[in-house]
Amino acid sequence: MSANATSSDRLARFALSPARRRKDRFARAGVLAATAIALVPLALIVYYLLRKGLGAWSTSFFTTDPTGNTFFGGSSIGGIKSAILGTIEIVALASAIAVPIGIGVAVWLVEYGKSSWFAQTVRFFVDVLTGVPSIVFGLFVYIVLVVGTGSTYAGYKGSIALALLMLPVVIRSAEVILLLVPAALRESALALGAPRWRVIFNIVLPTALPGMVTGVLLAVARAAGETAPLLFTADATLKTNFNLGGFMNSLPVQIYKDVTSPTTAVVNRAWGAALTLVVMILLLNLVARLISRRSRLA
Amino acid sequence: MEAASLPGGDRGILSRSPLARLPDRALKYGLTALAALILALIVYFFVRLVGQARPAFAKEGVFGFVFGNDWNVSAEHFGALPLLLGTLITSALALLIGVPVAVATAIYATELCPLRLRAPLTVLVELLAAVPSVVYGLWGIFFLAPKLQGSEQWVADRLSFIPFIGGGLVTIPNYFITGLVLAIMILPIVSAISREVMSTVPADHKEAALGLGATRWEMIRIAVLPYCRSGIVGGAMLGLGRAIGETIAVTILIGDAPKLGDHLFAQGYSLAAVIANEFGEAQGVHRSALFAAGLVLFVLTLLVNGAARLLVLRAARGTSSAAGKQTSGPTTLLADATAGA
Repeated sequence: MSANATSSDRLARFALSPARRRKDRFARAGVLAATAIALVPLALIVYYLLRKGLGAWSTSFFTTDPTGNTFFGGSSIGGIKSAILGTIEIVALASAIAVPIGIGVAVWLVEYGKSSWFAQTVRFFVDVLTGVPSIVFGLFVYIVLVVGTGSTYAGYKGSIALALLMLPVVIRSAEVILLLVPAALRESALALGAPRWRVIFNIVLPTALPGMVTGVLLAVARAAGETAPLLFTADATLKTNFNLGGFMNSLPVQIYKDVTSPTTAVVNRAWGAALTLVVMILLLNLVARLISRRSRLA
Repeated sequence: MEAASLPGGDRGILSRSPLARLPDRALKYGLTALAALILALIVYFFVRLVGQARPAFAKEGVFGFVFGNDWNVSAEHFGALPLLLGTLITSALALLIGVPVAVATAIYATELCPLRLRAPLTVLVELLAAVPSVVYGLWGIFFLAPKLQGSEQWVADRLSFIPFIGGGLVTIPNYFITGLVLAIMILPIVSAISREVMSTVPADHKEAALGLGATRWEMIRIAVLPYCRSGIVGGAMLGLGRAIGETIAVTILIGDAPKLGDHLFAQGYSLAAVIANEFGEAQGVHRSALFAAGLVLFVLTLLVNGAARLLVLRAARGTSSAAGKQTSGPTTLLADATAGA
């Protein structure tokens, strides 16, 4: 009996005081609550996008161009065909510009520049590019390609603005993956007498490919959702256009213009377009994640 | 004598012919030129932007432009202070609301949550980064702002004794709702960087704290948070950079009053929003003033991001050697986090 009492006394010396226990419980509950709060907006956004967006979807929504006729509402306002196609065209060209340049710079940083002062400077400036607001890229391209050439907006100018936006993301993500390529692979190839360029093209790049595709897809997904750089570089038409030298519509710009409309039908078109855009971006993200899971590196 | 009779002339036996070395050289110099091109491009842009902004600076003076409290297009007065303050107020609100929540999710994901929940939770938070800015604007103005207007008015009425916070009439687009949506938008990046930094805290430190009898929360407070402080601050600064540069969502949500709103729930304007809204029909000095606004925005984000990167770098440098992760150096840690978000 008495032995029992002493052992529980001993244990009591290690037990938490009620105050500390309460504090621990309280703090953990607070952290859990904050995490739950963080997920609330996501749930609300997804719910409203689906509710409003699916209501706007129909076959004609995807197969007709938007019309300027928004007064009568109903079906006369048209769909978002030109916006979807425009986004795909602009983003495709932007990727065609940003991906080779970005991967080239990443290869240079990893294989040649390494930690020289010049490479560090390039890294610093690439980081600077990451932080530049997207609308400022729009201004850059406007100054150089619209004012500079004395011409007007065009799809390819929007692509260049988006390419500038993608570039730092592509460079940094490709650099991370290239650094993961084992040095032993490079060294064995060099020891067998392969010249540097063959090592890069036949050993390093194929090994890093899946990981780099992930980074590229994430950059594409980011660019596809951008509105600001397109506002004064590519925009100004409602028609479907396959010529990147002309005006071009895009999903984000279409949504932005429809948001400010007083007509309910036009706002509904914005919801439908927003759901389309989010689905496109989520698909890209999903593919990126699947590829990165299959990659042997990282 | 032996060497001279080799087929390659006077080359050593292991060196390649000049022709075979050509692709190597071409690749090296080509890629170097590409890297140099990026530097040149940024410098060129900066110079051109300054050139375009010059007329506005000449008219108002640099100081007068940045700190002049009068943005009046028809009178051709361009003082960007109301816009600058609009940007700063909404970004500060975003940090105030977003950072505690983001750090809490990071703590929960790395220290408290069941292992099985960790990956899904991370993916869900990162999904917020996949939603385009214009969709946040759309959702904010048609769902969030009308739903919250009543509660905002209630708060404004109760807090009417605090200057600038309460007392006025709540409008649907306002500073507060903009800050709230910005907080949601910066959540994924702040959370991702906090998580990265927290995952580098050595297990020894945590186990030592627990072994000394600390509760979970005390362990987090004494072992995890101090170790990650500069990393978290750096992540918050990167979030601040995002919030300052955010354009479309802010343009939709802040309204378009080119003067300083007299309370938190009034309409205002921000640097990025004024460019998006007015650039289309701007002429002459007005257009130059918008370029100047872009320049101020550019410099502002540059300063904030530079400070952020220094902090994250320092945090990562302090931890990566301790954690012994040979693959992710200080810069890759950051690149990883930003590329993923």
